[in-house]
Amino acid sequence: MEILVCVKRVPDSAENEISVAAGGADIRRDDLVYSVNEWDNYAVEEAIQIAERAGGNVTVVSVGADAEEVVRREMAMGAGQGVLLNDAAFEGSDGLGTATILKAAAQKNKYDLILTGAQADDGAGQVGGMLAALLDWPYASLVNRIEEKEGNQLRVGREIEGGSQEVSDIELPCVLSIQTGINEPRYVGLRGIRKVASVEIPVLDASALGVSADAVGAAGAKVKRVDYFVPEIGAGAEMIEGSTEEVATKLVDLLKAKGGIK
Amino acid sequence: MNNALVHEPFSPATATIAGLPAIVLFVLIPLVGLACFAWIMARRIVPLLHAAPDSRLQRIPQRILLVLKIWLGQWRQPRYMLAGVLHIVVFFGFLILAARSTQLVIAGFVNGFVIPGFGGAVYNVVKDIASTAVFVAVVILAVRRAFFKPARYAVPEQYGKDHTPEALFVLGLIATLMISESLFEGSILAAGGGTGTFLTLSWAFAQALHGVQTSTLATINLAAYTVHDLTFFFFLCFLPFGKHFHVITSLFNVFFMRLQAGNIKPVVYGITEAQLDGLQSFGVKKFEDFTWKNMLDFYSCVDCGRCSDRCPANRVKRPLSPRFISIKARDYAFEHYPLFGKASGNGTPLIGGIYSEDEIWSCTTCGACEEECPVGIEYIDKIVDLRRGMVDEGMVPQSLQKPMSALEKRGNPWGKLEKNRAQWTAGVGDGVPVKLVEKGATAETLYFVDSITSYDDRMQKIAQATARVLNKGGVDFAVIGKDEKDSGHDVRRFGEEMLFQSLKEQNTEAIKASEARSIVVNDPHALNALRNDYADMPPVQHVSELIAQQAGSGKLKFKPVADPSKTYTYHDPCYLGRHNNTYDAPRTAIDCIPGLKRVEMKGNCRDRSFCCGGGGLMLFYEPEEEQRMGVVRVEQARQAGADVIVTACPYCLTNIEDAIKVAGLEGKMEVLDLVELVDQHVQS
Repeated sequence: MEILVCVKRVPDSAENEISVAAGGADIRRDDLVYSVNEWDNYAVEEAIQIAERAGGNVTVVSVGADAEEVVRREMAMGAGQGVLLNDAAFEGSDGLGTATILKAAAQKNKYDLILTGAQADDGAGQVGGMLAALLDWPYASLVNRIEEKEGNQLRVGREIEGGSQEVSDIELPCVLSIQTGINEPRYVGLRGIRKVASVEIPVLDASALGVSADAVGAAGAKVKRVDYFVPEIGAGAEMIEGSTEEVATKLVDLLKAKGGIK
Repeated sequence: MNNALVHEPFSPATATIAGLPAIVLFVLIPLVGLACFAWIMARRIVPLLHAAPDSRLQRIPQRILLVLKIWLGQWRQPRYMLAGVLHIVVFFGFLILAARSTQLVIAGFVNGFVIPGFGGAVYNVVKDIASTAVFVAVVILAVRRAFFKPARYAVPEQYGKDHTPEALFVLGLIATLMISESLFEGSILAAGGGTGTFLTLSWAFAQALHGVQTSTLATINLAAYTVHDLTFFFFLCFLPFGKHFHVITSLFNVFFMRLQAGNIKPVVYGITEAQLDGLQSFGVKKFEDFTWKNMLDFYSCVDCGRCSDRCPANRVKRPLSPRFISIKARDYAFEHYPLFGKASGNGTPLIGGIYSEDEIWSCTTCGACEEECPVGIEYIDKIVDLRRGMVDEGMVPQSLQKPMSALEKRGNPWGKLEKNRAQWTAGVGDGVPVKLVEKGATAETLYFVDSITSYDDRMQKIAQATARVLNKGGVDFAVIGKDEKDSGHDVRRFGEEMLFQSLKEQNTEAIKASEARSIVVNDPHALNALRNDYADMPPVQHVSELIAQQAGSGKLKFKPVADPSKTYTYHDPCYLGRHNNTYDAPRTAIDCIPGLKRVEMKGNCRDRSFCCGGGGLMLFYEPEEEQRMGVVRVEQARQAGADVIVTACPYCLTNIEDAIKVAGLEGKMEVLDLVELVDQHVQS
């Protein structure tokens, strides 16, 4: 099975102090460290496991000027190939723009399956669905289980409201957006990254992809971010006081009263 | 007749059995026995020849001293008094009787053979006493194993069948040797009218056989001889099949044992750090990745259970028992390197095979097992090597991946900002300036703070107290600030060698750039890293050592204890105590405070200190366990009659503080760092 996994480089919320930059339309980026979007990491692990079981290749693709480090990290994890999509015209893309770029990359090769993360730390959870629509492929979101089936199908499990599980069969080729917890992504250390440090990663720009520059990037974006703000702390927080037992009892009562537990 | 060793009137070499000369049998038994033994030993050595290299030939004089102390001197045996003393009896009995057994074997085909110097009256008395003492010891040991069943010998279900039958069988063999030797001697004494050494087995046999016809005595003598000869060679060949292999290997295992505490073996002996990138694989993944000394360890395990008895992970029912790390590997070796047929060390992974991931992550590297092992078996290096293998294969629990990634990106496991590393200095207080290398300052002494003390709200108080105490003592010191990274101590011990190397390089550069001529730390993990993992560092001291010195020289003076009603106890951090042999300085420092009452947690202090739960990345690991180690430790302190636990390590403080809450002892027990105690009591 030929599998394409779309990954994104994001500021890791665990390793940064995120604050809003002056102007309000972005966060302060001068002292950030970046990593692979957590959901995408699960998607790559899942792709590697499918390829280990069913044979095939895993290709990792990412859009952006600085995306090489995350692609390399995912290759160190075990993805066979990496592709970088970079062009000045791509900057400022909205979700549809990013999906358009990825669609062009997906059509460069014959893939059976495309995986994306369900969402990104700094995203809106829209690229997976849009990519499927642009390709006119079937799509399942928030997938937390994948089994290969006979007859060009996958059986996928999805987590739905209230933690229940929905199981569906989906025809290949398809796009799946992957939920965390589907597997336990393997660890990638410095040693693994150094091993793939000299592997060539092809870079495709707008013309190589055949993407029209006005359809993507800031020029093509139909969604524009206008503000970021930290919500003000409102009233409604209640501190429960007393001994551990008292606190626990009061908490249980409260949760019952508010319908949190039955 | 005197007591000198004689064979008259009987000689196995000239005797006949069923009309045939017995000498044929007595030549054949040793020949076949030695041939079998040689074959077995040759096969046992095979896996060692397929093993990874190890470097064990440096500092030979020190090794000889260790052999004299730990092997010949049985130094560690009395740590478990009853078993230890009985073992010493059997050990020296065996040494004494080695000459006797050898000459008995040879006397089977050389009439009246004695080893020069071992035929006299003195040796004869000594060997009579030895065989009797060994016999008595063996009987006590057998009764103990069969009826009293000390808990540490039990084999938990997941590790297989009980080992008592094997132990009793061997004790039976030893008893048979002692009885047959003494009966051989006793029958000669009875025939010659001698009495032997009073109250020994041979004396008893001589008494019992007094007046028996000489021809009957001859038969008894020949039978005793034959039984001794057969048992001796059977026992010799049986040794390499189980825990009694140590009778052969322990001498070598002690000779080759680790000489230094605190350090970790290189990834591969003979490969420099610069060559690490060229290695195909890291760590131990299959049995043959172990070094030959690791394998000798497995062969040498006595199955005595002392390691596991002292292991804090085993105590709180984590899935780790060091004893079975050895026993499982030994059984693997026996199975895959059989006596006959092809060796089938087929490279099956150890993790998922004989070991589980959680088993290997459960170790806190506290070193209690190695401190205890009477034959010098090592565990920490093996655990670290197995972890290196797991890290290389990506098998790292999610709970550890985040801190490791943060260490890579930010130089601390929480992913806190580098620029906030010295933020704690703001709380030191007026009049105590803290020089910062990041601001261009230099000083005589560098205070290396490390991550937890720099960033954790509670532990920052230790840093602040340290700064004040250093200031009081007139130490010219500076702190690096943002360029200081985590020492990587536990990164290395969790198997992420390349990340450790990267942290070490960054710190080495920052420390060199500070131009400091000495380093002081409050964290024993940092102490151990800088002292035993890094190279070419200025001298590193733990702050407790500095305080003890300065108290001694009068630079620091102390006020009477603030609350004389409290009883204090000192908890030895593993990396200050066992790994760096610093037990007295912290106690000296505490005892400098007038009126302070300090008690010891007897049986659980100094080199038998019980680990708090582990430091560094162990804080992030989520183990399967029934109880927290810290809770056990707090209970030990309470039983010693203490209400205040003083420690000298920020991780110990974290774990013990949590444990007091978990145990519901808030208000009854408290814990604080040694530097905080000193800071509260030092005279201005």
